[in-house]
Amino acid sequence: MGASYDVAIAGGGIVGAACAAECVAAGLTVVVVEPGPIGGGATAAGMGHLVVMDDSPAQTALTRYSRALWMRLAPQLPSDVEYVATGTIWVAADGDDLAEVERKRRLYESIGVRAEALDARQLAEAEPNLRPGLAGGLLVPDDAVVYPPCAARFLLQRAILRRTAAVSLSGDGIKLSDGTFLAAGIVINATGAWAAELTPGLAVRKRKGHLTITDRYPGWVRHQLVELCYLKSAHSTGADSVAFNVQPRKTGQLLIGSSRQFGAGHSAIDATVLHRMLSRAQEYLPGLADLAAIRCWTGFRAATPDNLPLIGPTPADARLYLATGHEGLGITTSLATGKLVADRILGRPPAIPIEPYLPGREHG
Amino acid sequence: MDDMVKLSVDGVSVEAPAGSMVSAAVALAGKVAFRRSVTGEPRAPLCGMGICFECRVTIDGRPHQRSCQVPCRQGMEVRTDG
Repeated sequence: MGASYDVAIAGGGIVGAACAAECVAAGLTVVVVEPGPIGGGATAAGMGHLVVMDDSPAQTALTRYSRALWMRLAPQLPSDVEYVATGTIWVAADGDDLAEVERKRRLYESIGVRAEALDARQLAEAEPNLRPGLAGGLLVPDDAVVYPPCAARFLLQRAILRRTAAVSLSGDGIKLSDGTFLAAGIVINATGAWAAELTPGLAVRKRKGHLTITDRYPGWVRHQLVELCYLKSAHSTGADSVAFNVQPRKTGQLLIGSSRQFGAGHSAIDATVLHRMLSRAQEYLPGLADLAAIRCWTGFRAATPDNLPLIGPTPADARLYLATGHEGLGITTSLATGKLVADRILGRPPAIPIEPYLPGREHG
Repeated sequence: MDDMVKLSVDGVSVEAPAGSMVSAAVALAGKVAFRRSVTGEPRAPLCGMGICFECRVTIDGRPHQRSCQVPCRQGMEVRTDG
């Protein structure tokens, strides 16, 4: 028999870490169960882009709220978290995309997110390595980038860690692979793409992604650059997809993404997908061909059928919570997830409605 | 000697035997730090065979070239991180 905690969290990625940080801040005793490195799953594999998205009203509400939490936290983050407010530029390829720039700008303006339309000349001045002839873009200056594993480590610093695998969990606690049972008042499954292994039947699938990082070329790209039709490209139904998404790191390195694949259980690099992804990036940044890539890797996003995360108690067991299914937005939405979870546990009113993210909505 | 080529290393003219590698010319120029690590530490050739990437310099405007793998050419402009 192990000790008893107010909250036991399976998963030491950024989502579990953010839940832990909020629960600890509320005075609860918290244990986090993580056998691997802190932030070693999708947290380490992803880019670390803090971005307001507008795929759906619920996604916009969550990303906007969570980005505001990051902006508030930024002054307290240690330097190894590498928070840089690079801003995002949504790149418009042709004239048709300019209508989308304007739609997006108005939407962001209506919810208090600073955004500025760029014409072709302003875009070229902001990012000289983009190919000539692009139509313009939308600059969202308060979007930022972080190094997520260090952010997860920072958020976990006041929680108790158990470096043992969880073999099963329920609302009563977590059973560890060494036979220990950690009894808890609330149990949270925050194991990302692996969540269904501990909560059978969960509609969370692994969605594989590739990333490439270059050597250091300081100033070569200045903002996070994403194609405006990102959602269309990235979430095109079911099939493997790639989208242009490039991020400047504090070191001067460039992260080049992105790809999405369902049904790819193996973590090996898929040369065909990698080639498509890099070709896509070169369409926008032709000079990438002359830069040196130093590493490529893959990771698994936790995808849900409606592209929204699962946050809150399960219908079957009110003491068993989920905090997973964040797909490609887990770094952005981790802090809001932690707040919503802690608010729910403590009966505090949340800053945004939790209903769109509640487990069980798929049956409702 | 006509089997020598002249190149510049950080703006300083250096003569090196034709066929020798840029890393030799950088050494002849008296440079110790070919490049700087991400934390600013000096780096210089270790393996001499293109594997360790410690000898990288900028050659004719192209960054991150492995100086131990590129033969010296007349008029080449080499920059180190100093």
